[in-house]
Amino acid sequence: MRAELQRHGPAYIALALALLLFPAIASDFFLTQIGGYSMIFGMMALSLMVLAGYGGMVSLAQITVAGVAGYSVAVFGVNATGLLGFGWPWWVVAPLAVALAAIVSALIGWISVRTDGIYTIMITLAIATATYYFTQQNAELFNGHSGFSGLRAPEFWGLVWRDPKPFYYLCLTLAVIAYLAVLYGAQSTFGKTLQAIRDNPRRMRAVGYDVTAHKVFAWFLAGIIAGVAGVLLVWFNGRISPGTIGVGAAINVLIIAVIGGLKHPIGPFIGALVVVLMQTFAIDIVGADRFNTLIGLVFLVIVFISPDGLLGLWGRVKPHLVQQPLR
Amino acid sequence: MSLSEPASFSRRQGWGIAALLVAAVLAWLVFAIWPDWLNDVLISKKAFVSAILNGLTLAGLYFLVASGFTLIFGLMRNVNLAHGSLYLLGAYIGYEVADRTGVWLLGVAAGFIIVALVGLVLQVLVFRRLEGDDLRQTLVSIGISIVAADLMLAVWSGGTYQIITPEWLDGAVVLPVITAIKSDGSTVFLKYPFYRLVVLFVAVAIGIGLWLALNKTRIGMMIRAGVDDRAMLSASGVNVHRVFALVFAVGAGLAGFAGVVGGSALSVAPGEDVRYLLTSLVVVIVGGMGSISGAAIGALLIGLAEQIGLVYFPTYGIVLTFVIMVVTLAIRPQGIMGARR
Repeated sequence: MRAELQRHGPAYIALALALLLFPAIASDFFLTQIGGYSMIFGMMALSLMVLAGYGGMVSLAQITVAGVAGYSVAVFGVNATGLLGFGWPWWVVAPLAVALAAIVSALIGWISVRTDGIYTIMITLAIATATYYFTQQNAELFNGHSGFSGLRAPEFWGLVWRDPKPFYYLCLTLAVIAYLAVLYGAQSTFGKTLQAIRDNPRRMRAVGYDVTAHKVFAWFLAGIIAGVAGVLLVWFNGRISPGTIGVGAAINVLIIAVIGGLKHPIGPFIGALVVVLMQTFAIDIVGADRFNTLIGLVFLVIVFISPDGLLGLWGRVKPHLVQQPLR
Repeated sequence: MSLSEPASFSRRQGWGIAALLVAAVLAWLVFAIWPDWLNDVLISKKAFVSAILNGLTLAGLYFLVASGFTLIFGLMRNVNLAHGSLYLLGAYIGYEVADRTGVWLLGVAAGFIIVALVGLVLQVLVFRRLEGDDLRQTLVSIGISIVAADLMLAVWSGGTYQIITPEWLDGAVVLPVITAIKSDGSTVFLKYPFYRLVVLFVAVAIGIGLWLALNKTRIGMMIRAGVDDRAMLSASGVNVHRVFALVFAVGAGLAGFAGVVGGSALSVAPGEDVRYLLTSLVVVIVGGMGSISGAAIGALLIGLAEQIGLVYFPTYGIVLTFVIMVVTLAIRPQGIMGARR
């Protein structure tokens, strides 16, 4: 991490200043619909990046994990739907929701690490789709098709945390914590072991590492990040329904991560910003109806020309831009 | 396991006896006149037998979709997540052709042929370029499915279509299954839509056809060899690209065919692509990749589970499918008929 900071120090300082001062110039719309959403979806994609980039497990169930946290907020906190809603205080509900999400994530991981490679995508997609249909069918726990509404973000320190500025800073803080945690984790003993398992599971098993346990723990950690994102999402939206965790949303998270790049934790945030900006402004270009065609084509182009996403593209362009010193 | 020969033999016998017992119980459940307590437990005999028959029909449909998916996956290691889109495309094409010409069979043929061509083009122009890169192939197929779903929404909008079946397929048949005895002593037989039985029959016929083609022909031999070891197949002088293209075309065509057949039995609407993709995924995970018989077993399990779940615990029906998948992964990660790699 220190090497990372030394190498990109000035860039980090500039980025930090820009992000901190952004609320001074930005409208409320930009703060939440662009800034907040980018960071929420960036965190979801970050949890996918952790699994795919360091663990070699491409998951399509990250939105499902986030959804577990979201539905937990609705069930244990306050909702206006009149079903469940235990009304517990936010400082109980939020950690509980994140913990449940992490546990579910670990369970999904435990199911899917029984096979490897491309099977993980299939199994996680099957889990995500089945969960979507289940929330839609089930009225007792998930209130079926309409889901929950009237969820409230906490209010403390005299602030309503759903208001644009507090919400922006809340998202920023958590996103930065998640980002730094991933950066640190990748260099930790566990992170190194996980990357070694990604590269050669048989050798690691032979050396005496418990491959399955490491992978499942990676799922648990990724679940924490996705769970935090899920809590933020429902705090801001104030509602959650099966559509929130549908197959389109699941694929959306994958698209964000792939467009940004799966090699470095900054990739998911770049991808999220690009996709959210496209989502907001592409309507002017192609109309709201054909947005999916546009994003699908952009995704296809990225996958075809740059497997490592925009980061990989930058890595290829950069050498041509930098003036080589004469020797 | 150590004294494998006699132990595995008796284990096999054990499975055989268990299968016979299950078959006997099922036969009794279907043909016997139910005592009252059983009617109380299982709602009614009519509901139960209808659920079984619906499950079988649905399984036939699922088999048609999933067999192509499993062959493509087994042979090319290509998880074609656009497979559901091919199903939906076939259904829409079948609707258009059948609606304009008024000949249902023409719609079925068009669904098969056009979607097979689409599959061929996809394989040759897109997937062949990414050969050997599973992840990118999968990502590309996701991209294609997004674009396809959106374009189909643009062309056919969000409405629900029903493909009209011809008259000779309409109506219900009376099955020799007694559902109840009226108070005046007359017996009530079960009626079931003729078309659904035809779907089931067609699926079984195609399944047998596929099995014969795979096991008794030269090209089938190549495909099976390719599933096991495609590098070796290529090294023995077979043009694997031709085999790949053929399998992709047939697999896609079967999805399109199933789209028309399923769209006539049920309905055609956006979102069906995801449903059949989920089914294909689960069937392949449960049945084992690259195995036609595995696809048949998987489709049977999922189809029956779905319909029985629908009748007996409607709001938890999907959980049954889910449990089947998880249990399979826990006991046999490679799938019921899958080979251990």
